[in-house]
Amino acid sequence: MAIAREAEPVGSLQEVREAGLDREDLLAVYRNMLLTRAIEERGHILYKQGKIPGSFYTGRGNEAASVGVATAMGSEDVGTPLHRDMGVHVTRGVEPWRIFAQYMGRADGPTKGKDGNVHMADSNLGLLAMVSHLPAMLPVAVGCALAFRIREENRVAVGWFGEGASARGDAHEAMNLAGVRKLPVVFVCDNNQWAYSTPTYLEYATEHVADRAEAYGFEGVVVDGNDVLAVYREAKRAIEKARQGGGPTLLECLTLRMEGHAVHDDAFYVPKDMFERWAENDPIERFRSWLREHADLTDEQEDEISAGVKKLLNDALQRAEESPQPDPGTLRDGVFATPEDLDTPHHK
Amino acid sequence: MTYLQAISDGLRQEMRRDKRVFVIGEDVGVYGGAFKVTLGFQEEFGPWRVIDAPLSETAIVGGCTGAAIMGMRPVAEMQFADFISCAWDHLVTVAAKQRWRAGTPVPITVRLPSGGGFSGGPFHSQNPESSFAHIPGLKVICPATPEDAKGLLATAIQDPNPCLYFEHKHLYRRLKAEVPDERYETPFGKARIHREGDDVSVITLGAMVHTADEAAKQLEDEDISVEIVDLRTLIPWDKQAVLESVSKTSKVVVLHEDTLTGGFGGEIAATIAEEAFEDLDAPLKRIAAPDCPVPFSPVLEKAYIPQVEDVLAGIKEVAEY
Repeated sequence: MAIAREAEPVGSLQEVREAGLDREDLLAVYRNMLLTRAIEERGHILYKQGKIPGSFYTGRGNEAASVGVATAMGSEDVGTPLHRDMGVHVTRGVEPWRIFAQYMGRADGPTKGKDGNVHMADSNLGLLAMVSHLPAMLPVAVGCALAFRIREENRVAVGWFGEGASARGDAHEAMNLAGVRKLPVVFVCDNNQWAYSTPTYLEYATEHVADRAEAYGFEGVVVDGNDVLAVYREAKRAIEKARQGGGPTLLECLTLRMEGHAVHDDAFYVPKDMFERWAENDPIERFRSWLREHADLTDEQEDEISAGVKKLLNDALQRAEESPQPDPGTLRDGVFATPEDLDTPHHK
Repeated sequence: MTYLQAISDGLRQEMRRDKRVFVIGEDVGVYGGAFKVTLGFQEEFGPWRVIDAPLSETAIVGGCTGAAIMGMRPVAEMQFADFISCAWDHLVTVAAKQRWRAGTPVPITVRLPSGGGFSGGPFHSQNPESSFAHIPGLKVICPATPEDAKGLLATAIQDPNPCLYFEHKHLYRRLKAEVPDERYETPFGKARIHREGDDVSVITLGAMVHTADEAAKQLEDEDISVEIVDLRTLIPWDKQAVLESVSKTSKVVVLHEDTLTGGFGGEIAATIAEEAFEDLDAPLKRIAAPDCPVPFSPVLEKAYIPQVEDVLAGIKEVAEY
């Protein structure tokens, strides 16, 4: 028996407008979803070409969840997106060429070749770079919210985790502290139903991950993670509630990881019909249909958006390939911060 | 002023001058901390700058990391240094590497009441400093005197990196000395010559400075002149001061309360072997706790923690070589 609230789908354009998105915003959401998928598709090609060292992870299927939540964030809000959340980086405005440079371990990637794949973030966009240990960024997001609460700022932190990571103690400690102190933080669970090869029934025993919110003294909400508008609406509610002093929310976006854990993994353990069912429910295709039906998206506009994404990525790829390899002489640079390093947006 | 009062005084002064500084830990608020370092702080600074946290070391240290990235200067109190094991991931995985890989400094201070000598047993007596000295990106501070306790804490709080501040519990109320009233910062990586001498150098830190001092006093009667180098900080550590002392005395004892194998003394010994081999007139001697957990029984604990007589014997052995 579910304890969390199961969110309704979004219907009309009117309802979307009430939630704060006009037609231009909707087209931007669509473009960000396309761009998110296209970046990862290009990345996959680069990987096959042998241009990306290490492994490569994508968030195919998670575009609505990541773009939907990020669209609901305010410009001063911060977040700790993970490896299925490229859409958050895209929505916050990361330059795609820097993502490709990051993938390829080049000097112009956000981590300058020191870290790989989606272990990156532009702090100027209010994002904090993830670590591999999941969900280690949840307590960090809670700490951001704590800073906002101490300084009485109207800002909100968003912390992402997966249903797999929900089993770890960090998730519990972070949510408990946030609940006790009613901190302005929203916990977003990208429930993509597979933690590497482990299915949900071996990860948690409740019906939903969001059912746990009740135990921490705040609301849990389950939303269709392939419905970008429903994700947006619920994220917006949760973020604004946190901003008003209403405390945390646990928002679970239910979706399916449409590829393996990483490119080396063919996901043989996922039933074929499960992929087929969820492919029919593809978040981008679904939103495209909705836009055509409810927001007069025309063939011309679609072509224009697609062409814009294609051009952006062609240019980005070229620029990233021109980026130099990192200099081994920089290996030890920045192990320790200097006082000048504190000259960041957050420390002023 | 006691060593404990000096920590308290230093922390209070930082909080008064810098609104970004806040304290978070278990029982630090109403109760004033298990050792009363923050006694009266909540009355002065309020419940949002002296924060009683749930029993959640992971959330405390991880939370400090987030708050620090947002521009605060958090000071976390571990009730005992031993409990930092529960926050290892957040120090080592997140805080230590964030500047290097993501360009984001993490200016946090974690206060760690450490050390034995009062039957605290295996979980309330450890000296885990060398584990963290091994992690690039963390600074490790081990004050031995009230004056340094205050000055090094101010430096730690203002430092743009994660700082592990090991305060030795056995010194809390045992050690009293004059401490300047005004605020001051004691620089990291600058050792202090606790005692000048010509025959044997003892390189040490924390409470062992005082054990070495007692041994040195007793050796005066035997005409052995001991120089005691108090490292003050392990990361960064003052290699120069150590090498200078070695070049002066040519005989070295490296002493710490942490266990022997993998202890920071090994790093010092290796450096001396690499860079001052020609200066040595005797094999270097390490004195440390044996490689076992810290015992509870007073008899066992006395056998575990290096005592004045152990240090005295070690110095004599080296002096007479």
